Amino acid sequence: MKDSEIKISIRSLYKIFGDNPEPALQMVKEGMGKIELLEEHNHVLGLNNINVDVPTGKTTVIMGLSGSGKSTLIRHLNRLIEPTAGEVWVDGDNILEYTEKQLRHLRQHKMSMVFQKFALLPHRTVLQNAGLAPWVDGQNESQYADEARRWIDRVGLQGQGDQYPHQLSGGMQQRVGIARALTSNSDIMLMDEAFSALDPLIRTDMQDLLNELQVELKKTVVFITHDLDEALKLADHLVILKDGFVVQQGEPQNILLNPADPYIEDFVSDINRARVLRVRSVMLPSSDATIEQTGDIDHDDTLESVIALSEGDTSLSYRVMKDGKPVGVLNMRKLVRALVPTEQSDSSESTRLSS
Amino acid sequence: MATYDFVFDGLGLRNWCGKSGGGGGETMSMAQLLTQTSGNDADASLWETPFPSMDALHEACPSFARSRDLTSGLEEGFLSIKDSLKAVVDPITQPLSWALEEALWVMQAVPWFIMIPLLMLVAWIVGRQLKLVALVAICFGFLGFVDYYIYTMQTLAIIFVCALTCVLLGVPIGIAMSRSDRVQRIMIPILDMLQTLPPFVYLIPLIFLFSVTEPKLYGIAIILYAIVPVVRLTDLGIRLVDPDVTEAADAFGMNKTQKLFNVQIPLALPNIMAGVNQTIMMSLAMVVIASLVSAPGLGVLVLRGIRSLELGVGLLSGLGIVLLAIILDRVTKAALARINVSQSR
Repeated sequence: MKDSEIKISIRSLYKIFGDNPEPALQMVKEGMGKIELLEEHNHVLGLNNINVDVPTGKTTVIMGLSGSGKSTLIRHLNRLIEPTAGEVWVDGDNILEYTEKQLRHLRQHKMSMVFQKFALLPHRTVLQNAGLAPWVDGQNESQYADEARRWIDRVGLQGQGDQYPHQLSGGMQQRVGIARALTSNSDIMLMDEAFSALDPLIRTDMQDLLNELQVELKKTVVFITHDLDEALKLADHLVILKDGFVVQQGEPQNILLNPADPYIEDFVSDINRARVLRVRSVMLPSSDATIEQTGDIDHDDTLESVIALSEGDTSLSYRVMKDGKPVGVLNMRKLVRALVPTEQSDSSESTRLSS
Repeated sequence: MATYDFVFDGLGLRNWCGKSGGGGGETMSMAQLLTQTSGNDADASLWETPFPSMDALHEACPSFARSRDLTSGLEEGFLSIKDSLKAVVDPITQPLSWALEEALWVMQAVPWFIMIPLLMLVAWIVGRQLKLVALVAICFGFLGFVDYYIYTMQTLAIIFVCALTCVLLGVPIGIAMSRSDRVQRIMIPILDMLQTLPPFVYLIPLIFLFSVTEPKLYGIAIILYAIVPVVRLTDLGIRLVDPDVTEAADAFGMNKTQKLFNVQIPLALPNIMAGVNQTIMMSLAMVVIASLVSAPGLGVLVLRGIRSLELGVGLLSGLGIVLLAIILDRVTKAALARINVSQSR
């Protein structure tokens, strides 16, 4: 990935919670683990040498179980939490050197945030909540109303601007949360478990909404989740955290096909691979005319849709098209094999992808 | 020979004490007088060993202060700083006197046929309940009918001024407490003291400090007594504000002042209003006691009932206070309920 495409760059970031983090940091750098640090020195290792590049205009999902430090990490991006050591570069500035005023400017104009528990202001209407960022900047309601209303409409809350948050359901409240983040017109959206508090159907709706918005707006989204299905659905770039360090990061398909360690293998073993894997990840790249081809499929189709198309017939082969040109061949047998986690991990296709 | 001679002998303080034992020519304590008259101070048994109190130690060493010296010392100390204290406190509290005098004058000068509808209007604006407005009308109508209208207005005027002062002082103190753990640690013992100290106790130094004719004398007593709940509940309310919401305020770049006025205070408002309700109720309680130091109002009638054993006057004015309490409580609670509805999640 080229440097120009990087929006946020995190460099050797450490966070240690406790009364005296400096000596503890030395010990962590010398290789002390999280459990040892807690038992012997009573300090909690939050983040351990994080290096992540967040690509511009893409959705980066940071995934991990509770306690893995993902919420801590996202709060370093707008300095709601101060790190013990490290650098966070946003558009070429190290924001850890920012003054309080510069930091407020960053939070008002460059980064917005969506919260797990919505965190709307209960005494302000939906419109006033959505217009929070321009309002903090000193605009009055008549100045920001048009912009705020546009985003309220865009997230599907037409005509609800005068309601109060407590009059809305959870899903609708989170739509207000998203409208609030969008109204700030910031390039970067931080989403901290934004959909985790919603019930499954609404969560799916919201994920679709976010994907739609991303196609249209191309914001740089950093999304935190503990749900792998959600991560795979949204991610262009996936970062997996465990106990405060990055276990694996990269293209989600790649992580799925080549889990770097048993922790991630455990993770990926439970998911519906047919729905997540794309044709491009399992096809043979050269167009081999000798095999009889049943039809054309797009390189970005999910394997699930190909199975539906073939009606379960494993003897078929398809030509894979990208932008109208043939780029490869997909044999149904190969497809079926790709659905089994262990077999796939040492196959030739996956090693090609990882290189 | 006194019981605790050995203490001073042992410490080598005998010279400082002067001659051993015996009160000399000084005034005697009650205990000394008793032992002298009963005439058996010679060999007290171990069972009757006195507590090593100031008086007992004085018996062994005449230079040691007695407890009566302590109380008179306190009194003299207070009297000696009184003038300088008064020079500071007097100008600061003078506006309170003016406010009380003005409020008393206004509430009595406005004729009843304007005042009662005005109070009903206030009840409507605050509570938006017709039932409440009717209650206000009935209560004031009754109090007027039994010729207690002027007394009621006097009490109400004092409560308005004192409760308002409590809010104006108490809310900022509460905010300061919520922002700094150190301020909280300092304030909590003071609040505890104000809350537990019997109201009569802080009437005493106030009487020394100000003349009894000054309204601020009872004004200060009422404020000191009634300010505690609004301070406590402001502190509590702000500390209880959902941390997620304050974090969101930070994440959207609010500064501290914006956060205080647009997030913390509005979200703490239900608690602050509960504190205001308590403050009003406590100032009503105190305004009755303050009639001892010339506070006008229904308390004067209660006092008259006690002093000259006019049972009927006492009962009727007591009923008037209850009615006033009910109105004040219901009106502020209605306001509280409206805030709660608009914020419920």
